[in-house]
Amino acid sequence: MAEEKNGKNGGKVGLLDRVKEKITGDVQALKTDIPTKAKEQIEGLKDPTKTQVYTSIFRHKHDETPRNRALGVLSNVFLHLHPAKINRDAVRYSYTWGMGGITFYLFIVLTFTGVLLMFYYHPTKVQAFRDVLYLEHDVPFGKLLRNMHRWAAHLMVIAVWLHMFRVFLTGSYKKPREFNWNIGVLLLVFTLLLSFTGYLLPDDQLGFWAVTVGTNMARATPLLGHEGPFGPLLGMTPYNDVRFGLLGGSIVDANALLRSYIWHCIGIPIVASVLMIVHFWRVRKDGGISGPAQVMLESEADKPRRGPTAAGA
Amino acid sequence: MDWRQLWEIISAPDNVPIVGLIPLLAFYIYLAWKQAHANDQLVAQLETDPAMAKTHHRKTWPFKPGWQKEVHVWPFLLRIEFLAAIIVTIILMVWSITLNAPLEEPANPNLTMNPAKAPWYFLGLQEMLVYFDPWIAGVVMPTLIIIGLMVIPYIDTNPKGSGYYTWKQRRFAISTFLFGFIILWVSMIIIGTFIRGPGWQWFWPGQTWDHNRLIYEVNRDLPDIFGITSNLGKAIFGLVIVGGYFALGGFLVYSLFRRYMPKDFSRMSLLQFSITQAFLLIMVALPLKMLLRLLWHIKYVWITPWFNI
Ligand code: HEM
Repeated sequence: MAEEKNGKNGGKVGLLDRVKEKITGDVQALKTDIPTKAKEQIEGLKDPTKTQVYTSIFRHKHDETPRNRALGVLSNVFLHLHPAKINRDAVRYSYTWGMGGITFYLFIVLTFTGVLLMFYYHPTKVQAFRDVLYLEHDVPFGKLLRNMHRWAAHLMVIAVWLHMFRVFLTGSYKKPREFNWNIGVLLLVFTLLLSFTGYLLPDDQLGFWAVTVGTNMARATPLLGHEGPFGPLLGMTPYNDVRFGLLGGSIVDANALLRSYIWHCIGIPIVASVLMIVHFWRVRKDGGISGPAQVMLESEADKPRRGPTAAGA
Repeated sequence: MDWRQLWEIISAPDNVPIVGLIPLLAFYIYLAWKQAHANDQLVAQLETDPAMAKTHHRKTWPFKPGWQKEVHVWPFLLRIEFLAAIIVTIILMVWSITLNAPLEEPANPNLTMNPAKAPWYFLGLQEMLVYFDPWIAGVVMPTLIIIGLMVIPYIDTNPKGSGYYTWKQRRFAISTFLFGFIILWVSMIIIGTFIRGPGWQWFWPGQTWDHNRLIYEVNRDLPDIFGITSNLGKAIFGLVIVGGYFALGGFLVYSLFRRYMPKDFSRMSLLQFSITQAFLLIMVALPLKMLLRLLWHIKYVWITPWFNI
């Protein structure tokens, strides 16, 4: 150890020299190290799918091999609602019209625009209407936001109807999909209720009278409404019947606005989301999309059937 | 012809969805019909040619031996889904840029809107208020519609037509659904939107909405026509009429089923058949009651101290 400290001249080398020597060495190495690393880096970036960041996100390669095409769907939490492969005819637009998917997409659009609208809206009398005016005239893109939310809601109603219509026409409610049809009926009801509860929120004449007309019918509920058959016999008054419960009062006023708001923004979306999860789950469990299936002949109609009839099975 | 009035109604922002719904429905009915027709032809062909039925792949879509039966979801399905999302977004954007959501005056309980209309998707029910009391139109009917939709899979015992469009194999089911959806639901909405004006009165398209128009319509009750005056008499009379409708109608449904759809009838249990009968008769009762009103100005058929029908 001690000898190493001796210089060429046999004399002791100063601290400064030693540092200088090491730094020169470093600088020399730098000239070769960094370019090599840089080259490696550029080389590596040429294929981003090999970077650690990429592989940490996507758990498999992006090659066009059947295995990776399947994995791309299966290892993604959002896409894995789908199977890896489906019947070749089931992708035909003319069969499903894509209406279930479009309904779901509109629900997502509505959630997104709805959350943005909530930043500008207070569910209180006087404030509510002003908020809508403010949104329309002062908030950047506020008018577009409100329009999109409104028209997407209308479109969603239409899309659900068309979806139900297609499911009926293709007989897709038949065994084993009876239960999912029922989940669907509930989704239809909640879609309409979502739209209806939203109608009151701008607190303008249109919404006010629409909701007044709508909830006036609740007065006439048999047994539970104060103007309905047998209602008065059961002690129903305007202050304790089902309409009172819906509106939080005997007239459409501040409480009705608040209740509408809470059902619209929290209650129904949660229930509808849960039902959608069940709905999609059941589409898979019932054997995937029902068709286009093989046509059945008269002679085969009353033979016992085997298992779920998936498309092409 | 009041074109301005007509245009005002058609172009009211909240009515645009219905204006759009009509061509959409027409298009999709056409699309379904085209495929149903093709499938029906295929079925007819296979029925007459058992050898072909054994080897045919049984779809109207092309298929050759050696073709893969399945395709990858990525890209073949997902690309369609992404494309659909983009197209819907574009439609929505264009619609939202060109047409503003309606905003009326602030809510004012003292200033009644005339006509005060429910949102368009409930206008069918509001239209029913003309012919039925609110407890029926507003509460019983929606409940029955929901229950009726829910029982469909359990009363339709026909195994044919599962997973493909067809008309010939499901004539009864499809016509019943079309009757309910197109005639009782959509067309009532169209009437509620485009025809009903102030006071919920009937205005032909292009007729000016006259807010002062009064119609003197003397509606009678069916028992009155038969000269029944006592309350008990009216109640019993109505019960007999309504009960008779269901008894006779039920028998008619039975004899039609037995005669024209013996296979379906034999597949159905008693419960399935009675539920089918009940819903069919209730559905048919709507236009019947409407006719009673429109032709003979009859308001109620059955009058009791608690409810009127
Ligand atoms: C919020 C509303 C709804 C959403 C988001 C939704 C979504 C979907 C989606 C994405 C599918 C896959 C196939 C397709 O796109 O057609 C589907 C299938 C299905 N839906 Fe819905 N749906 C809704 C409402 C309904 C309604 C109202 C019904 C019926 C009353 C219904 C009954 C069914 C049935 C039976 C299937 C299986 C069809 C088959 O296998 O061919 N759904 N739904």
